[in-house]
Amino acid sequence: MSNIGSYDERVKNFDWAISEKELEYKPGNVINIGWYCSDRICQMGKADKPGLIWEGSTGQEKIYTYNDIRLNSNTIGHFLRGLGIQPEDRVCLFMDKIPELYIGFLGIVKIGAIAQPLFSAFGDESLFIRLENAQTKAIITQRKHVPKVRKILEKMPFLKHIIIVDYDPGKPLQDREVAFNMDTAEKIEKFEIYPTTAESPSVLHYTSGTTGQPKGVKHVHYSLISQYLTSKWVLDLRDDDIYWCTADPGWVTGTSYGIIGAFCTGVTQCVLDAGFSADNWYRFIEKHKITMWYSAPTAIRSLMKAGEEVIKKYNLSSLRHLASVGEPLNSEAVIWSERVFGKPFLDTYWQTETGSIMISNYPGMKIKPGSMGKPFPGITATVIDPEKYEPFKETGKIGLIAIKPGWPSMMRMYWNNESTYKKKFQNGWYLPGDRSSIDSEGYFWFVGRDDDVINTGGHLVSPFEVESALLEHPAVAESAVVAKPDFVNMEVVKAFVTLKPGYTASKDLDLDIMNFVRKKLSPLAMPQEIEFIDLLPKTRSGKIMRRILHAKEWGEEIGDTSTLEND
Amino acid sequence: MEEMKDVIKDYVIKEYVEDDTEITYDTPLISGGIVDSFSMVSLKRFLENKYKISIPDDKATPEAFDSVNKIIALVKEYVKY
Repeated sequence: MSNIGSYDERVKNFDWAISEKELEYKPGNVINIGWYCSDRICQMGKADKPGLIWEGSTGQEKIYTYNDIRLNSNTIGHFLRGLGIQPEDRVCLFMDKIPELYIGFLGIVKIGAIAQPLFSAFGDESLFIRLENAQTKAIITQRKHVPKVRKILEKMPFLKHIIIVDYDPGKPLQDREVAFNMDTAEKIEKFEIYPTTAESPSVLHYTSGTTGQPKGVKHVHYSLISQYLTSKWVLDLRDDDIYWCTADPGWVTGTSYGIIGAFCTGVTQCVLDAGFSADNWYRFIEKHKITMWYSAPTAIRSLMKAGEEVIKKYNLSSLRHLASVGEPLNSEAVIWSERVFGKPFLDTYWQTETGSIMISNYPGMKIKPGSMGKPFPGITATVIDPEKYEPFKETGKIGLIAIKPGWPSMMRMYWNNESTYKKKFQNGWYLPGDRSSIDSEGYFWFVGRDDDVINTGGHLVSPFEVESALLEHPAVAESAVVAKPDFVNMEVVKAFVTLKPGYTASKDLDLDIMNFVRKKLSPLAMPQEIEFIDLLPKTRSGKIMRRILHAKEWGEEIGDTSTLEND
Repeated sequence: MEEMKDVIKDYVIKEYVEDDTEITYDTPLISGGIVDSFSMVSLKRFLENKYKISIPDDKATPEAFDSVNKIIALVKEYVKY
């Protein structure tokens, strides 16, 4: 029997107090995510239970019990306090998926500071934009990523500490750098956890939009209430589960469900810090007897592409429950997983701003392959008319997904950007920016984004950011960036570029521009294809008509071209 | 072939390695997290430009790109001497 039991019964009788009661939290009390994810689990008698089993790319393994997690997070918190980090200071985590990332997160929130996890593949420009916006006080990183920080350090007088977790004593520390070794640092047994309350800020995630710079999404400690219950009811996490969330904590899934959801439910989670390889992933599942696997459509499609012969080499019978996140899970992937693993990946829908799962498929509920599922109990979600901002009365109509505000993990603000935050709410509804329809049985069916943001491999990339980076290349005069369809990644970045006088289109220039953007922003933002053209389609007022380029890539009708300047 | 090994190794170090991580001809590049799946596209493009070849997408797998030696083996299939 699953934790959720009957979905319909849960919807009828729902109250967020169910989650508060299980967590023994009373409104008005102190609530600290770091405490709930370590100290409380120890107090429940699980101090010696493995909480984190980590495996690196060369096979090295480290195991941390919940008591280790408690002590190490205390130690990191103590170290940060010693550097002068205050409550609500932003502390960035800029690391690969190493134990210091997972445990460091808890240490930061334990002292009431705000954790700012960032994807370690970000280039220096992407890193700078996010640190500058947050006025980050400290960054915890590895020596391999320090060069990127050093490159932008002069522009960041607000960044006081660069904490290197794998410092090489043979090399001198440079300006503002300090070494910290979690495994050898003296462990702090008794630690004064900062008394954060429900609305105390906990995490600052960055997410990309169509226009403008990435936005800092502010979450609070009360988000735990949503993250805990969705981990129990959607991911069905149970005490004896061995859990693998493949997401990087630089993104919200890896934090909400790779750190908070995993640890606050007291399960054993396994983390593989290595590049993708179907063989290695199956080996990992077999070795650790993974029971619950939370992954992403891009990875699932890569596994499909790798074929079924490789699966036969491994015993995957431990797998009990599978779920997916990041982009819509196509029906072929659902059907394939049921055939090869014996159970389907369940699609889950949510985003950085929602902090936890909003619409989902559930254990025991009928699955319609390709459907997002139904709203989580306690979440009122619908599809609204994009002109009137009112729910459609009929089923089957395509409109904007809309969610009634007020769930525990709803973002509280875009950092220093209240005007953009307010635009996310219309007529009493929160708008994620996606379009879908609802069928007669209440299942949601994803249609697409309502804006130009590119969803590549489950991560949002802003065309504006990529275009801005392209314009910094000496050869590029103008650029327009759109999504291009891709079997594995759903969408990839494609750039249309006009060149400055003196430059000629060539394969070498194409590669040079690709690498330029990759190093400035990230591998995700790197155009996978560049098309050199003489003129970009523009309106008479000079606005680039991206939708024409997009339509051509997707084989769609171009639509009204009456405002096109150079038709 | 010796020269090709060094050309490819040097390119990987120049483009994908930020610090002084040692890269050998057998260092796992993809499974070791040095070159991710998105960046693989640029590495493929480099090989195609450099050796005037075209590598079919279905051959450009993470396994085929997982070390300098494996990349050499792949490139050799398409290089015309």
